[in-house]
Amino acid sequence: MSRKIRIMVAKPGLDGHDRGARVLARCFRDAGFEVIYTGCHQTPEQIAAAAIQEDVDLVGLSCLSGAHRYLFPRVVELLREQGASDITVIGGGIIPEQDFPLLKDAGLKAIFTPGATLEEIVAWVRENVGPQG
Amino acid sequence: MDKASKIRAGDVRTASRLIRNLEDQLPEATETLKHIFPHTGKAHIVGITGAPGAGKSTLTDALISSFRHQNRTVGVLAVDPTSPFTGGAILGDRIRMQRHAEDPGVFVRSLATRGALGGLSKAVGDAVHILDAMGKDIIMVETVGTGQQEVEIINHSHTVVVVMVPGMGDEIQAIKAGILEIADIFIVNKADRDGARQLHRELQMMLDMANLKPGAWRPPIVMVENVFQPEAFTEQMEEASRQIDAHYRYLIESERMEDRMRRQVLVEINEAIRASILEPVLKDLVASGELDRMMSALFKKESDPYSLAERAAKRYLKKEFLA
Repeated sequence: MSRKIRIMVAKPGLDGHDRGARVLARCFRDAGFEVIYTGCHQTPEQIAAAAIQEDVDLVGLSCLSGAHRYLFPRVVELLREQGASDITVIGGGIIPEQDFPLLKDAGLKAIFTPGATLEEIVAWVRENVGPQG
Repeated sequence: MDKASKIRAGDVRTASRLIRNLEDQLPEATETLKHIFPHTGKAHIVGITGAPGAGKSTLTDALISSFRHQNRTVGVLAVDPTSPFTGGAILGDRIRMQRHAEDPGVFVRSLATRGALGGLSKAVGDAVHILDAMGKDIIMVETVGTGQQEVEIINHSHTVVVVMVPGMGDEIQAIKAGILEIADIFIVNKADRDGARQLHRELQMMLDMANLKPGAWRPPIVMVENVFQPEAFTEQMEEASRQIDAHYRYLIESERMEDRMRRQVLVEINEAIRASILEPVLKDLVASGELDRMMSALFKKESDPYSLAERAAKRYLKKEFLA
């Protein structure tokens, strides 16, 4: 039996605009993945703890408030501290291109901004993410 | 340290990975389970079931708080449905419980129903064992939203909580067999809505007609009102958690625990046998292309399912087992 990809879609911080996150969760479901959606207003600590309890392969963070420069790297850092650096973290939302290097250096594996197609994101996941033994 | 010892020491990463490997049916995961099984049986396992939208996740969240106030550790397994078309799933029960995410005394794990073949039941049973071996005092299993006949939860729990809401139907619903029969505790949620008192009355009437023997457990009905009235809500949920404890004491004192455990081990051995015998056969039928050939034969009405199954049995079973 093939292994099932598990993904957590999470919205860190104080931004309540979750339409994008929901569309993505639905699209991941339709791609055959198991998606844990944790809702809005999550702290990086809550997100990291939940990702470990759920044993996900990927955490997709969505942020439209401008706080991604702190929130996204913090999630990566917490996962690393808790021995879960094998969980891939990607981000999306309103993110200026000049912030990409900072986020990549912090350990985010990909950034998707408005204009990215759902097909593109799913293809990226299939190519880059999978459960290990 | 081996995996089983790590889990017994409460290691979350190892436990959640093992649940994952069991869901994916990796053979080595079953090996670890063998070392875990002897260390299970200490937790009180509570099933939470009811119709979609009845409030199972919200009530589970409130029960977590209630048990944590008493310094008891809690494990939660929250089950949501898998899409029959894509195999994907959105597991959203956790949204209601995220305030406990950072509490090391709480472990919440979402499970998807995945395929048919009793697989879910086995995954739930196995995951319960893992949380039990981790030392959780209370394990709550939140089922998918159910209809009238999804009674499987009784095979995995000591105490079954059935969550109901007013306005779902007339009294005839309450005398039907099925989900109402398996309740050890009823919670009437959203009891501030119209029809709550009527539902309460109908449940009482149903219980009156049940002809309970003296000393038998009569399922209490706990009315829970608006979650937005925090004080009353918390008090009502405390009452629900007291009833859950009372039922566990009843099981132990009345020796009814043994009936439940017998039912549980019977289901477990059934599922383990199915996993060891039926699944390898099905895998082989798929891999050899035989299942496809069978399906097309059935599709064209060249054969029937019964003859095909008999032929498969002849091939895979030793002849002394065949009638």
